[in-house]
Amino acid sequence: MNKLKLVMVGNGMAGCRTLEELLKLAPDLYEITVFGAEPHPNYNRIMLSPVLAGETKFEDIVLNDLAWYRDNGITLHTGKQVTRIDRKARKVVADDGTEAYYDRLLLATGSMPFILPVPGKDLPGVIAYRDIADTEAMIEAAKHHSHAVVIGAGLLGLEAANGLALRGMDVTVVHLADWIMERQLDKTAADLLQKSLEAKGLKFLLGTQTSELVAGPANDGGRVAAIRFKDGTGIPADLVVMAVGIRPNTTLAESAGIHCERGIVVDDTLQTYDPKIYAVGECVAHRGVAYGLVAPLFEQAKVCANHLAQMGIGRYAGSVTSTKLKVTGIDVFSAGNFMGGEGCEDIVLADPSAGIYKKLVIKGDQLAGAVLYGDTGDGAWYFQLLKDKQNIAEIRDHLMFGSHHVGDVGHAGVSQAAAMPDTAEVCGCNGVCKGDIVKAIKTHGLFTLEDVRKHTKASSSCGSCTGLVEQILASTVGGAYQPADTKDKPVCGCTDHSHGTVRQAIREQKLLSIPAVMQALNWKTPNGCATCRPALNYYLISTWPKEAQDDPQSRFINERAHANIQKDGTYSVVPRMWGGLTTPDELRRIANVAEKFAIPTVKMTGGARIDLLGIKKADLPLVWADLGMPSGHAYGKSIRTVKTCVGAEHCRFGTQLSMDMGVKLEKMLYGMWAPHKVKLAVSGCPRNCAEAGIKDVGVIGVDSGYELYVAGNGGIKTEVAQFFCKVKSDEEVLEYSAAFLQLYREEAFYLERTCHYIARVGLDHAKKIVVENEARRKELYERLLFSLQDYEDPWAAAVTQPVVRREYEKLEVL
Amino acid sequence: MEDWKKLCPLADIPRLGSRVVTSANGDIAVFRTADDEVFALRDKCPHKGGPLSQGIVAGKVVTCPMHSWKIQFENGEAVAPDKGCAKPYPAKVEGGLVWIAI
Repeated sequence: MNKLKLVMVGNGMAGCRTLEELLKLAPDLYEITVFGAEPHPNYNRIMLSPVLAGETKFEDIVLNDLAWYRDNGITLHTGKQVTRIDRKARKVVADDGTEAYYDRLLLATGSMPFILPVPGKDLPGVIAYRDIADTEAMIEAAKHHSHAVVIGAGLLGLEAANGLALRGMDVTVVHLADWIMERQLDKTAADLLQKSLEAKGLKFLLGTQTSELVAGPANDGGRVAAIRFKDGTGIPADLVVMAVGIRPNTTLAESAGIHCERGIVVDDTLQTYDPKIYAVGECVAHRGVAYGLVAPLFEQAKVCANHLAQMGIGRYAGSVTSTKLKVTGIDVFSAGNFMGGEGCEDIVLADPSAGIYKKLVIKGDQLAGAVLYGDTGDGAWYFQLLKDKQNIAEIRDHLMFGSHHVGDVGHAGVSQAAAMPDTAEVCGCNGVCKGDIVKAIKTHGLFTLEDVRKHTKASSSCGSCTGLVEQILASTVGGAYQPADTKDKPVCGCTDHSHGTVRQAIREQKLLSIPAVMQALNWKTPNGCATCRPALNYYLISTWPKEAQDDPQSRFINERAHANIQKDGTYSVVPRMWGGLTTPDELRRIANVAEKFAIPTVKMTGGARIDLLGIKKADLPLVWADLGMPSGHAYGKSIRTVKTCVGAEHCRFGTQLSMDMGVKLEKMLYGMWAPHKVKLAVSGCPRNCAEAGIKDVGVIGVDSGYELYVAGNGGIKTEVAQFFCKVKSDEEVLEYSAAFLQLYREEAFYLERTCHYIARVGLDHAKKIVVENEARRKELYERLLFSLQDYEDPWAAAVTQPVVRREYEKLEVL
Repeated sequence: MEDWKKLCPLADIPRLGSRVVTSANGDIAVFRTADDEVFALRDKCPHKGGPLSQGIVAGKVVTCPMHSWKIQFENGEAVAPDKGCAKPYPAKVEGGLVWIAI
């Protein structure tokens, strides 16, 4: 069968990313031909500044080397500019006469630098800053000339100026506006940046309009020698870099009669007005917007590839962009409407001597924009709040002080990414240092947190260093980095659907098995993977209890074996002790088991239960049989323990029977699977010896009843539980706790603890449903009781049922 | 020459699951895919020695329960960017029985 022909015009980052995505989805669908005007394979344009500054070499910024094109069977024409599209004959023609026929054409022609229409703009020594040729011209000029003028104080202009200064030139930046980077920074931040750049030797002429570039003597090749301004003044200049902006390169498309406005007009599938022709990248105008940052272009690439692969899923709905960049070692960040205006309020923090300035613009109950200078550690968090249009009323008081998004474990502090030495450990779980991460980003051309995780394992385990890894990523790739949108993030690589969409589909379409979900939602892999299957299994059994079948093969080993796997492959066993109470008889049995099976370690767990560690898998059913106690579920995304203090039973301060209450709660919740582990505590008085303040549900006895607290967490990052409501009776404690937990079970995403869930939906949401709405509370309570009815102790099952027991037995060859 | 040994009825290994076989060379994990193919690998992740038999199976790949390395059944190699190999052993289904060659 003949393959379809795909021709791509433009060999840049957006186009090649589209091809990479396409090859992932449909490796054999097309015979691909690529035309690039530059004599190079695809390289990382964002890294031109480090090349100019002498920090890296061109070879190091190549993203797709020639072998990549060859290995994927792509015909590459470098140094050939396509000059004509013949839409009737479906072919493109290059300047050297090369022709290529297409079934689908992908335009990725990028953008052109805007050149000021002033006399002398074509003189030798006047260049733009767009590609590697420009960069090489600047490096060459710096060897022979001394006076550089950069016109335009945007990001590119400042980076060019910095690079030229590092190469020994005397650099003046000329800018039309009254402050530098006026599109990304407000005046205060811009002034700070300007001052620090001036300290490095750069000179600035602001509010200055160029009128003419003057040639030098003819014996110098007529090279530019000076620049003149509208006010009649001028300065010497033997290199002029124009960095006054870019515009989409639509020349080719327009000449072929394809509808263009600001750029080539595309719909949400990146299709142009000619259905055989798609376009992506900086040349495109989508809903009237042309993007110049890498992140939105990569989103376009993903959608476009999906449609080229004839899968037809996914729409590009535009991007909210933020600017997070490093200008000559200084971190700046801005997003949204950072200038404020009518109906907006500003929260400002300025510490000029420390070089820190932050401004948050708030409109109504939402964050509308932000500018950060010097300390951009929370940029990703602010951007997330902004994109998600999250209600910030509750956190407004401490919004300025950040999310403490950066992990606390082992590396307290914010915005240390840039200052960290390469040897500093970033990911404590996997022992990944900053240097490893930076190297992986540079050598593999990584742009997303996911990519970094895959290549380095950093932040792929407990995730507490995610913020720090994001910072390193941001400071290494500059404006290319954009934090993922957590709300719409796909569950994993097997699907484009988010957790929210999957939950909704399971409920609305009454899907009852993992294959049914995968079919209904067009899963890309036949059996999913170790990330999505456990999530799907949980969603199914929590949404359709007693109807959906629990699939042990889609559970992590701990939940399949009902014990915790340890680093040496042995298991640990924690028997259930309701409310933390035990008896001499139970203790005797535990002691006997420990001796009989030579259990090497016996210790108390954090939840005040007894842990028997170092048991061989084959011994597990035997251990359980001898113990004669139910499973403690210390291994599951499930109810773990209800910790109690001794309470009014014995304590002279106790106001309520906390042990009794704890036992009742734990018995009610026995066998409850949840998105993540669930821990409770009951204290008999406000002294709170059971530490109810850091539990998913904390109950504190007071003289008149109980106070309930929810969404606490003592794990990776300590979260104090928030006051939920006050109730009078034991029955109410059961009902309110159960209803809250059922709401969490029905609405949270897999692996979301209650604190994360509440941070996402807001405490008010849970209060409205559980506390204020009696009918819904009772329904939730009933639904939880229904799904827990007739729960069978998995340890007893393994002891008595041979089919279950098979999991634990080894085979021998016959 | 492969020395095929009879192991167990296919039904004794769950779909998308595994069983462990003891051998003189150490434990071997035998996996069954969704479409009833069987594969055998040394039950030791090339990363830190985790028991691959305890991982989650999808397609022809198992994810190690220790640190989520993905190991491919057909050659025992880790999925990039990780590098390492768990020794594969020949395995087949014949007459409803699982056979392996150790």
